[in-house]
Amino acid sequence: MRLKFVHSPLLSQPLPAWRARVVLALLLSAFAALVVRSLFLQGIQNDFLQKKGESRYERVIEISATRGRILDRHGDVLAVSVPVKSIWAIPEDASLSPAQSRQLAALLEMDVRELNRKLGAEKDFVFLKRQIPPDQADRIAALQLPGIHAQREYRRYYPVGDVTAHVVGFTGVEDAGQEGVELALNAQLSGQPGSRRVIKDRRGQIVEDVESIKAPVEGRDVTLALDGKIQYLAFSYLKQAIEDNRAKAGGIVVLDAKSGEVLALANLPTYNPNNRVKLAGAQLRNRAFTDTFEPGSTMKPFTAALALEKGKFRSDTPVQTAPGRLTIGTATISDAHPHGVLTVAEVIQKSSNVGISKIALTFPPGEMWSMFDAVGFGHPLKLGFPGEVGGRLRPAKSWRPIEQATMSYGHGIAVTLIQLARAYLAFARDGDLLPLSLTRTAGAAGSGQNVFSAKTAREVRAMLELAVQAGGTAPKAQIAGYRVAGKTGTAHKVDGGVYANKYVSSFVGFAPASDPRLIVAVMIDEPGGKAYYGGDVAAPVFAQVMAGGLRTLGVAPDAPLKPLQVAAAR
Amino acid sequence: MARVNLVLLVVAVICALAAVTSSHRARKLFIGLENEQKRMRELDVEWSQLQLEQSTWANHARVEKIARDRLAMHRPAAGRVLSVEAR
Repeated sequence: MRLKFVHSPLLSQPLPAWRARVVLALLLSAFAALVVRSLFLQGIQNDFLQKKGESRYERVIEISATRGRILDRHGDVLAVSVPVKSIWAIPEDASLSPAQSRQLAALLEMDVRELNRKLGAEKDFVFLKRQIPPDQADRIAALQLPGIHAQREYRRYYPVGDVTAHVVGFTGVEDAGQEGVELALNAQLSGQPGSRRVIKDRRGQIVEDVESIKAPVEGRDVTLALDGKIQYLAFSYLKQAIEDNRAKAGGIVVLDAKSGEVLALANLPTYNPNNRVKLAGAQLRNRAFTDTFEPGSTMKPFTAALALEKGKFRSDTPVQTAPGRLTIGTATISDAHPHGVLTVAEVIQKSSNVGISKIALTFPPGEMWSMFDAVGFGHPLKLGFPGEVGGRLRPAKSWRPIEQATMSYGHGIAVTLIQLARAYLAFARDGDLLPLSLTRTAGAAGSGQNVFSAKTAREVRAMLELAVQAGGTAPKAQIAGYRVAGKTGTAHKVDGGVYANKYVSSFVGFAPASDPRLIVAVMIDEPGGKAYYGGDVAAPVFAQVMAGGLRTLGVAPDAPLKPLQVAAAR
Repeated sequence: MARVNLVLLVVAVICALAAVTSSHRARKLFIGLENEQKRMRELDVEWSQLQLEQSTWANHARVEKIARDRLAMHRPAAGRVLSVEAR
């Protein structure tokens, strides 16, 4: 017999009601769990999923910051960063056809073999060429070669080149300062790249700013005290003098006596900061800061100032310098030209070693040391320049009388050119010694440290004026229309512990003498010609730069225009 | 009751459409802003290049060379300079 399905005895078997309820409850609770979970994910703990989702279209972008410019005091650019591109490749991805390689090599201005060698390297990343102009990089990008990429970078340009090389310095390829002001003021110049998070659409276009993670900090500009025109004059006249005298090296510093600003600073030999392929140590040396030399007679005015300051001497006190020799212990000091009885002023004018030594020996070493220390010798100026040195000034306790005598005319003591120039500020500013400044300051400075009385400084100034006039050591330092004051120096160089027949010729002076505005210090190392006296080698450079500088600044002449006492040969 | 619901539905649809349009407009404006900022950067680049060019042309050495050689200029002799007081 066939049973109908509905009449199946199994169905008619009454099931216990709880079984259906259990199934129902299980299913419902499963649904409830899903709902709770989805509520939890959507509403309460939603950051994880949100992040996952956002990461599909959000990007973090670097915002590059530019390095600040370096300007001269008139706002002319001495160093500026210009964007460039660097071309790099992933060698594995870069499978170029020979034609493509040739095309790329031509655009990169490099040899095809060189290019293929770079692309064949077993590396993940290789720079093909760094720092090329952006338009060249755009043409390369237009080729759409696989595995070849461009990266934005900055390149530092120095439009004035070798003229300001030692002051401005340069940066490395990673845009960090390596020399000069670029290093000294790196913190101010360098910017800090920032980053921001954005939403990009399917085509890679930014459609929304999400947040700025870090705002970029642009590098700040630095305005130097340097006067581009005076710097150029100083550089070119120094260069000319070094060529004419076949000298080994040289340096020049121009200071503004009113504010203590460094208006010009040049060293030779120099280099072109835009192209530093073949760079020698001698070219890199910022001699005015890092090389000490025995200053020779340019030191005499300080001893004379001490003598006047202590009241033991007046500028017309007679000093016996005959017979032009002075023996102390076993050593003998001699004058280039013997003189008879000279006044203190004439000792400076004629630059008598014997005279100044006799004056110096009337003082205890301690007093002389304090004066040298007060005018800044023996310790660095702390302008923040790399490699700045303090020179050599031994403690007074170890001085023997002969050393004290030689120090009075600048031997046995070593200074840098910038120290020497700064020390002359004391004479130019009535005894007031200012700190120097590499950056432009707001007008005239207040007062610095008083090292001499105004009376002493004026008297020394009068002596220095005599040294430049007929009968002095440096008539070639005269300038038409201005009263000039200054002192020559011709120092023997120490070579292997003994004084050799090599010289350092120098001249330090200021003008106009009635109200000094500029201080110029010139140092020429090992002049190779017949002339080696400071008055013949360094003084003409001083006169040219000083004349040009005063004209540039528009300083009123303080002397009647009359024919020079010594015709300057042109 | 059904009437109120209908009105609310219409209001909701209008609001939704407005939200879509305004976010679209916001994105468009943002792209515009982004383009202008890009232009600003490009002009910055051009400016720094022009600065470089200017200082290369105005180089003192070049000015002096042209003044001397091409324009035959020279410094007046000391006796030929007359200085006047500025007032």
